[in-house]
Amino acid sequence: MSDRRTISVTINGETYEREVETRLTLADFIRHEVLLTGTHVGCEHGVCGACTILLDGRTARSCLMLAVQANGHEITTVEGIAPSATELHPLQQAFQDNHGLQCGFCTPGMLTTLIEFLGDNPDPTEQEVREAISGNLCRCTGYQGIVAAALDAAKRLQGAA
Amino acid sequence: MKPPPFTYHDPRSIDDAVALLAEKDNAKLLAGGQSLMPMLNFRFVLPDDLIDLNLIDGLAGIREDGDALVFGGMTRQRDIEYSDLVAKRLPLMKEAILNVGHRQTRNRGTYGGSMSHLDPSAELPTVSMAQDAIVTVQKKGGKRDIAMADFPMGYMMPSFELDEMVTDIRVPLWPEGHGYAFIEFARRHGDFAITSSAVLLDVDSGGKIARASVTVGGVGAAPLRVTAVEAGLTGETGSAELFTEIAEKCREIDAMEDVYAPAWYRQHLAAVLTRRALGKAYSRAANGTEINLK
Repeated sequence: MSDRRTISVTINGETYEREVETRLTLADFIRHEVLLTGTHVGCEHGVCGACTILLDGRTARSCLMLAVQANGHEITTVEGIAPSATELHPLQQAFQDNHGLQCGFCTPGMLTTLIEFLGDNPDPTEQEVREAISGNLCRCTGYQGIVAAALDAAKRLQGAA
Repeated sequence: MKPPPFTYHDPRSIDDAVALLAEKDNAKLLAGGQSLMPMLNFRFVLPDDLIDLNLIDGLAGIREDGDALVFGGMTRQRDIEYSDLVAKRLPLMKEAILNVGHRQTRNRGTYGGSMSHLDPSAELPTVSMAQDAIVTVQKKGGKRDIAMADFPMGYMMPSFELDEMVTDIRVPLWPEGHGYAFIEFARRHGDFAITSSAVLLDVDSGGKIARASVTVGGVGAAPLRVTAVEAGLTGETGSAELFTEIAEKCREIDAMEDVYAPAWYRQHLAAVLTRRALGKAYSRAANGTEINLK
């Protein structure tokens, strides 16, 4: 027995139509069906934050959603953050400049989380940044660089605005 | 694939959802999914049918209705966090919601989902208990109200039937200028608290406590009103000595024990957090005075 549905999901501006099992998680849909492997899967029960994506502009853990629930919605993954193939988003550039990534596993979730956060709070304190990424685990424990990158990115984004 | 096989339903109305609930023997309702999805991924729950509530119109929203705020069951925790109405009229809930998970989970997690899951230290059920909320549940052919005092039946067990679902939570308001405080202790920010304390105080112009509500989360099998503390506060003028002495009654609560903390530690936290919350709430009350308690 397999319960299947045809869904249409827009990811990073491109619309994908697929027939999927209804129990397929959104994270697995993004990685295995659409083959965008930038979204990482860590704990698969909503603790590590690595699979965070933006659903209609709001962060969500893609392991805690079913692919069918994304039908008709717009998703942004880490692949959709940069403005072009040769240019980094100011937040990505700040990560590079501030050593905000070591092994890179948590990075997609950190970036998507911080993009939403900096939109809500363009001039955050260090404490607010730490709270914002409290749902994202970095096994390298590289939080210092990540926090510095977020604060630097806030300045860059304000300068650009 | 992590979740077990099930048949997925996405009803567009409450009537359709409760009709499915009545018809299916082993069904689960999917609200925000921040607890049920992990349980499905672990295969702790094995439903034959999954009824997704996310496409039902009119099940989310916050509205003022007389002396209460009414929340639709599918109101997201984020919408509570960013609601001006909640910040102004339910400051206890505003203070508590910032401790609920993380921004990613608050974007999805719902009030009704949290009430139905009923974790003993979940913030929204604790606030609901403190405010004497009324939960409206619906099944095929009828709806009924359940007072918060009668809502928990046991550990993670709300008192509504398997064919009923939470549609609204009505939260009565306290007068303008009341004192409030929500304090919790968790090992990491965003975790379920080991213990929390929620206090509401109505202080009259003479500094006397006209009405008190004291609730602890994470101590019993469900959030508990500490009536012994409430009784000792009513009619009294707030003071550091009174709050310190009365909060000690929390050590007499029959506390649960699990891998995270022994019973005595939860009782200790309940006393300390309640002492602090009483001081903070009294300080915040329009007719109160500053009392700082460690």
